[in-house]
This record gives sequence, C-alpha cells and structure tokens, in this order.
Amino acid sequence: MWKYILKRLLYLIPVLFGVTLLVYIIMSVAPGDPAKAILGDQATPEAIAQLREELGLDDPIIVQYLRYAKGLLKGDLGTSYKSKGPVITEIAARIPTTLKLTFSAIIIAVIVAIPLGVVAAIKQNTLFDGLSMFIALLGISMPIFWLGILLLIQFAQKLGWFPSSGAESWKSFVLPGIALGFHSMASIARTTRSSMLEVIRQDYIRTARSKGMPYNQVVTQHALPNALIPTITVVGLQIGALMAGSVLTESVFSLPGIGRLIIFSIQGRDIPVVLGCILVFTIVFSIVNLLVDLLYAYVDPRIKAQYS
Amino acid sequence: MDKPILEIKNLVVEYRTEDGVVQALNGLDLTISPGETHGLVGETGAGKTTTGLGILKLIPDPPGVVVDGEIYLDGKNVQESNEKEMEGMRGYDVSMIFQDPMTSLNPVMTVEKQIAEVYELHENIKEAEALKKSHEILELVGIPAARGSEYPHQFSGGMKQRVVIAIALAGNPKLLIADEPTTALDVTIQAQVLDMMKHLKEEYNTAMLMITHDLGIVAEICDKVSVIYAGRIVEQGNLVDIFDNTRHPYTEGLFNSLPNLADRTQKLKPIKGLMPDPSDLPTGCPFHPRCDYAMDICSKEKPPRVFRTEEHYTECHLYNEANIKEGGVIKRD
Repeated sequence: MWKYILKRLLYLIPVLFGVTLLVYIIMSVAPGDPAKAILGDQATPEAIAQLREELGLDDPIIVQYLRYAKGLLKGDLGTSYKSKGPVITEIAARIPTTLKLTFSAIIIAVIVAIPLGVVAAIKQNTLFDGLSMFIALLGISMPIFWLGILLLIQFAQKLGWFPSSGAESWKSFVLPGIALGFHSMASIARTTRSSMLEVIRQDYIRTARSKGMPYNQVVTQHALPNALIPTITVVGLQIGALMAGSVLTESVFSLPGIGRLIIFSIQGRDIPVVLGCILVFTIVFSIVNLLVDLLYAYVDPRIKAQYS
Repeated sequence: MDKPILEIKNLVVEYRTEDGVVQALNGLDLTISPGETHGLVGETGAGKTTTGLGILKLIPDPPGVVVDGEIYLDGKNVQESNEKEMEGMRGYDVSMIFQDPMTSLNPVMTVEKQIAEVYELHENIKEAEALKKSHEILELVGIPAARGSEYPHQFSGGMKQRVVIAIALAGNPKLLIADEPTTALDVTIQAQVLDMMKHLKEEYNTAMLMITHDLGIVAEICDKVSVIYAGRIVEQGNLVDIFDNTRHPYTEGLFNSLPNLADRTQKLKPIKGLMPDPSDLPTGCPFHPRCDYAMDICSKEKPPRVFRTEEHYTECHLYNEANIKEGGVIKRD
C-alpha cells in the first residue's frame, strides 16, 4: 500500500512539469505584453524594453521555461512581476480562503446529494424522485455566477443574514459554498441515484431482505456501501470542478482566494503567479485523486486486493 | 397428518410489464408437511422461483402482482401479513437459498457478518455473540471459522454456496426454500453440497422446498414431487408415483430428456418445442402444442385434476377416474 502511495506521489513530478510547461506556452503566446501591463499605457518604449530585459522576456520561450523549471526544482516559484514579492507568499496568504470555500462547498454538496440520491432511487418514479431530479437538473444548468448573484440579492442584500463580501467568519462562506456546491451537489445526487437504482436490484439485496432485515436497514447497510463507489469517483472529480468554480465564486463574492488571484494575474500578465496558482490546483487535484483511489480500497475489499 | 408447514392455494401471480402481462403462476397449489422435502420440478420460466419468492413475499413489485390465492406459512396468512410481520418470518420461519451464489452475497461485507446479521435480527443478541454463532455454522457447512473474516471474492463458487446455505440455516427455519442450490456449481461440488443439505435436513428435521430442473436431485433428496408447467402443477405425487407411475406426458418428457447411463448409445429424446411465451399462453392445456398425445379437446378446455391415489394427481385430458389407475396410455421405452 505505501509503495503504491509513493509511486503515485512520484508520478506527480512529471505531471507538474508538464502542466507548467503548457501554461507557460499558453501565457507566452497569448496577446499582451507583461512589461506593458505592469508599466501601464503611458510608459515609454525604452522603459518597456528595459523591463523586458530585466524580466528575461526577450529570451526564447523554452529558455524562459527552463529558467523557471530550474527554480521550481529548488522549490522557488519565482517573483511576482507586479508586487515584486515571492509568489509563494502571495499564494500562501490566499490558500486558506480557497480551501475553506471548496471544503464548505463539497460538504454542503455531499450532505445534501447522497440522501437525495438514495431516497430518489428507492422512491423511483414518485413525486419525490421527480422533484429531486428536477433540482439536480437546475443545479447542473445554473451558472455559478448567476446563482451567486441571486443568493447575494436575497440573503445578503434583502434579508441581511450573511455578509456580501470578505472572508472574516464562517458566515462569509455559507453563500459562496452553496453557490459553488450546488452544481456538484446535482452531479453527485444523480450519480448516487443511478448507482443505487442498480444496486437495489442486485441479488444480495434480496438475500439481505430474505434474512428478515427491515428495508431501511438493507438500504443503509447493504445497498449504500455498494453504491458509494461511483459516488466517490464523482466527488473526486467534482473537487477539480470546484477549484475551477472557485475562480467565478471568489469573484462574485469578493473572496480573497486563489481564484481571484489567478484572474488578476492573468489580466496583469503576471506569469509566475499564474503558474504558481495552477501548480497549487494541480497538486490539490492530484492528491484528492490519490485519496479517492485509497478510499476505493477502504470501501471495496476487491479493489484493496489489487493494491497489495 | 401433521398441520402443514406450507399451504399454497390457487396462487396466481402476474408480472405486468410494458411489453405485456406475464402470467408467471396460474393457480398453483402446494402443501408441505413438517420435515417433508418437496421437489418442484420444471423448465426455466415455469414459475419455480416466483413460487419461492411468493412465500417470502419478496416478489419484485412492480412489476409482480399477486392476483389471487393464499399462502399459509405455519398457519400464518402471508398475503395478509404486513411488512413488519413478514420481517419477523423471513429468515426465522422461512428462508431461501438463492440460485446464484456468485451474486447472492454482498461483495463488500465479510461473510461472518452476513451470517451474523440473521442472529442479530432474530435472536436479539450482541454482535460479538452473533459472530461467534456464525463461526459455528460456518464450521457446520464445512468452512473453517477463521475464514469468516474474509470477503466473498476470496471464496470459490462452492464455498460461496455453502455460505449462502449457512445464512439460510442460521435462523433454524421451519421451511427452507432451496432455489436450484447446485445449478451454478461443478458436478463434483454439487454432490458435496447436496450431501451436506441432506445431512443438515435430517439433523434439524427442516421442511424443504427443493426447486430444481434436475430429476437426479429429486430422486436423491425429495419425498414428494410437484411438476410445474407454465405456472401450474401438472402432476404431483410421491417419488414412486412420479418416477414409476408417471402419468402426465410432460413428466414423461422430462424423464426422456435424461441421458440413460445403462445404454450410452441411446439418443436423448428432448421434449419438442420450447416453453410457451408466458405472456401469451396457449388456450386449454398449455402443454398441448408440445404434447405427443394431444387431442382436439386439449386446445379447448383446461384439463381437470384427476387423482390416482390420495396424493398422486395429474391434470391431463388423457385421464379420467376410470383409467388413471391403469396407466396404460404412457409407454416408456
């Protein structure tokens, strides 16, 4: 098992270099000059040329990237073009906000989605089933920023229950968590429902019932553990979607997190910061995927047997 | 005679699907006395498993609907019992060994836990004690207790079936329904499992409904036999009645389909045709399109039940009260 974990963590290294290379190329070929973006429209051509020289922007892209990769090997994420501070401190200051946001979103999503999916499955084709799948359809169709704005108008502006911006207390994360988690909740609920529908028709469910076990107990003790595998997969994938969604959510709710940092950095052509943010997202996503795979083994002994 | 442990009267079950109404059972009658092993023999799709599930009140609904009939389990009316009462009976008064051991066990639960659940549900004991009892019954069915903490995928097919049997026996039921308990197993393992079931049945004096299509198993283990065709018993009697005084052409067809070990060169004589589509059964006697002895009346009227002895009857137009005792119609080669 530990060998497997170590192997997976080592795989992360080539992935990180691949991701940064890709992002570096995209940022370099995208229109817009970082030097111009930093100095502003009024800057003289000489000043821009000098700054480009200082930042090493006149070197070929591959040389620029190798310089960055060399730093990366030493654990140096570079210096922000804009603030002139180390990228690592910029990001470190914002990580807690983004983690709190995605964490509250996934918690809200899972807590609502699993019971919703389970009950929808065992009450298939009833009003409850139809209603919950309609909610799921809404969740999948509604853009985050639109839902976010609706929530802000209703619960922050009209009712005043929650703050409309900032990240001071847990209250600040309720509305963003709902806005961000709603979409994931919908996907998780639909997956849970369909895998439950498949599981409750299995022979071993009939065996459990033939023991005289009450149906609710059969559902929670026999059906749910078997239905969880596809659900866990989707939850893992949703964490990736949540990080992408955090970019929108943090903008709507003015949360000082990585998502907002990445937007500002892209607009300001602050390549080292963009790369740093992408690195953080990549690492979190990979580790979550590793955890998901380990969780499979915990849930399903057949998978565990394959790891050892 | 003892009070019967199971009494099924005129059971009619339909599966109402979008493609049509499947008539799974069409007036099935069955009575089993305590300690009796009753074979229910017929082809795939004849309604054997539906009968078993009906006794447990576990016919999938939808699409299954019990249209008519009564089932008395140890005197209790199953159709009128609510879910709570059925939960008390399932696993305790009656339990079922399911056909496919590969899919009948929960893949993510240890086998000892799956057995222990029966004790926890019906004997109101703590988990530790239930696990201890599950180890005892594992040993009884020939599995070392130490393997109880393993999962079903670590067991072979034959061992899984032993676990399924252990689950069914754990509640020490008055009636055990065995739905083709050996069909999914190798021939050699089949013999072991059958021997074990026979032994356990004798030890606990459990009544058993043995659902099978294998007349060899019937000869081996059963006291009485019901031959089922298209959801209805066409011939019923004790072993001697059925094997030596065969009356119904369908029963005869089943025997002719068996290989003759004494004469290995002899060709099999399978019953011609296939089971009729249960959503569109033939009129009259449902067997008439496949029957070598079919007469005009067979396609028009349902055959009446004619008794040869008190416990041997058949439903066939070939017979009446006068000629059934002679039995001259069917000639065995």
